[in-house]
Amino acid sequence: MLALLLRDLRLATRAGGGFGLSLAFFLIVTVLVPFGVGPQSERLAAIAPGILWVGALLACLLSLDRIFALDREDGSLDLLATAPVPLEGVVAVKAVAHWLTTGLPLTLAAPVLGILLSLPAGGYVWLALSLALGTPALSFIGAFGAAVTVGLKRGGLLLSLLVLPLYIPTLIFGAEAARRGTEGLSPATPLLMLAGITLGALALLPFAGAAAIRAGLR
Amino acid sequence: MAPRSATPVPMILTVSDLAVAQGGMAILEGLSFDLAPGAALVLRGPNGIGKTTLLRTVAGLLPPRAGRIALPAEGTAYAGHADGLKAVLSVAENLRFWARIYGTADIAPALSAMDLQAHADRPAQTLSAGQKRRLGLARLLVSGRRLWLLDEPTVSLDAASVGLFAGAVRAHLARGGAALMATHVDLGLDEAELLDLLAFRARPPAAGQGGGFDGAFDGPFDGAFT
Repeated sequence: MLALLLRDLRLATRAGGGFGLSLAFFLIVTVLVPFGVGPQSERLAAIAPGILWVGALLACLLSLDRIFALDREDGSLDLLATAPVPLEGVVAVKAVAHWLTTGLPLTLAAPVLGILLSLPAGGYVWLALSLALGTPALSFIGAFGAAVTVGLKRGGLLLSLLVLPLYIPTLIFGAEAARRGTEGLSPATPLLMLAGITLGALALLPFAGAAAIRAGLR
Repeated sequence: MAPRSATPVPMILTVSDLAVAQGGMAILEGLSFDLAPGAALVLRGPNGIGKTTLLRTVAGLLPPRAGRIALPAEGTAYAGHADGLKAVLSVAENLRFWARIYGTADIAPALSAMDLQAHADRPAQTLSAGQKRRLGLARLLVSGRRLWLLDEPTVSLDAASVGLFAGAVRAHLARGGAALMATHVDLGLDEAELLDLLAFRARPPAAGQGGGFDGAFDGPFDGAFT
């Protein structure tokens, strides 16, 4: 299992691994928004938590189809399915690897990019905390979506359509927690809901994803 | 086919009355064979007869339509059409990954058996097709599994590499392993037996019953209307 995690991390950081892609996309979105809505800092500050959350979510979405499609193409998925590792574990490990190469860098970059959007000083902690709690759910839901569409050639569009509605609760509670924190209100309730979504995704989706892969390999 | 007998040697693979299906269509049925330690069985038959489907069913990637498959408890080592190599990882990194997945440590014997020591640090994407295939087959050697399932293992191998691979299979059989393979190339394995799958082709569904789709839903469902 650890071998699989290390291999996926190594693949992501090698040339063409897509490690920088999500981060670059996130950077582009946050740099472009002030040009689009104007440089008034009050207006930017009001939308900053939401923009950062939407940007992180879309950046996450961008790299989802790599989770299983590449392994399917080169035959690794067949071999992993016959190897002495549980497929549920494979799904979980690959989701963790996706989070380490996408969700974690996005979480760390978000406060820095918050400066570009004039995020008020009180908001940085809550933004980072809400992303840290919410992005694992994005990776696990995304891994499940990638598992469902793994048997399809060029399933990227279907994957996005499938996963986006499932991302909405995470986005609502994540952005709400960041907004309430920024405005000095108590973010406890949306943070708890966010943590609940993440824990539920961690507990259930590896099994659903493994079932989807088994069906997809037939 | 190995004759069934009351030998005390436990069989590595026992397949009884197996029927396999692809996409809901039965393609082979009534298959029964055993593999004892040291035995190899070569599947023969024209393209599309179901060699790959049979191997994938035995490997557990497809559910059998009927019948039983008794496998070794530790599982099998399956080598399909694709080698499962990562282009940006080196030869040694690719092989070491599979060795760790299978819980074995040493990749050096596998590298030398497949004559890949000289290329250990090259990225897999720079290998030729035959070298990639040899790396894919080296994975079998680090799997430590007694039953090898091989689907056209000699594709894109030259004569010397086929000889190298035949030697690896022979050594595996000598260690008490077994191999079930689909190949049209004579590996020169004297001990290998042939199984022609043509004799086990599933009967086509009777005319006027709605074509092959019926076959996917036999059993209680059909019975409910008769």
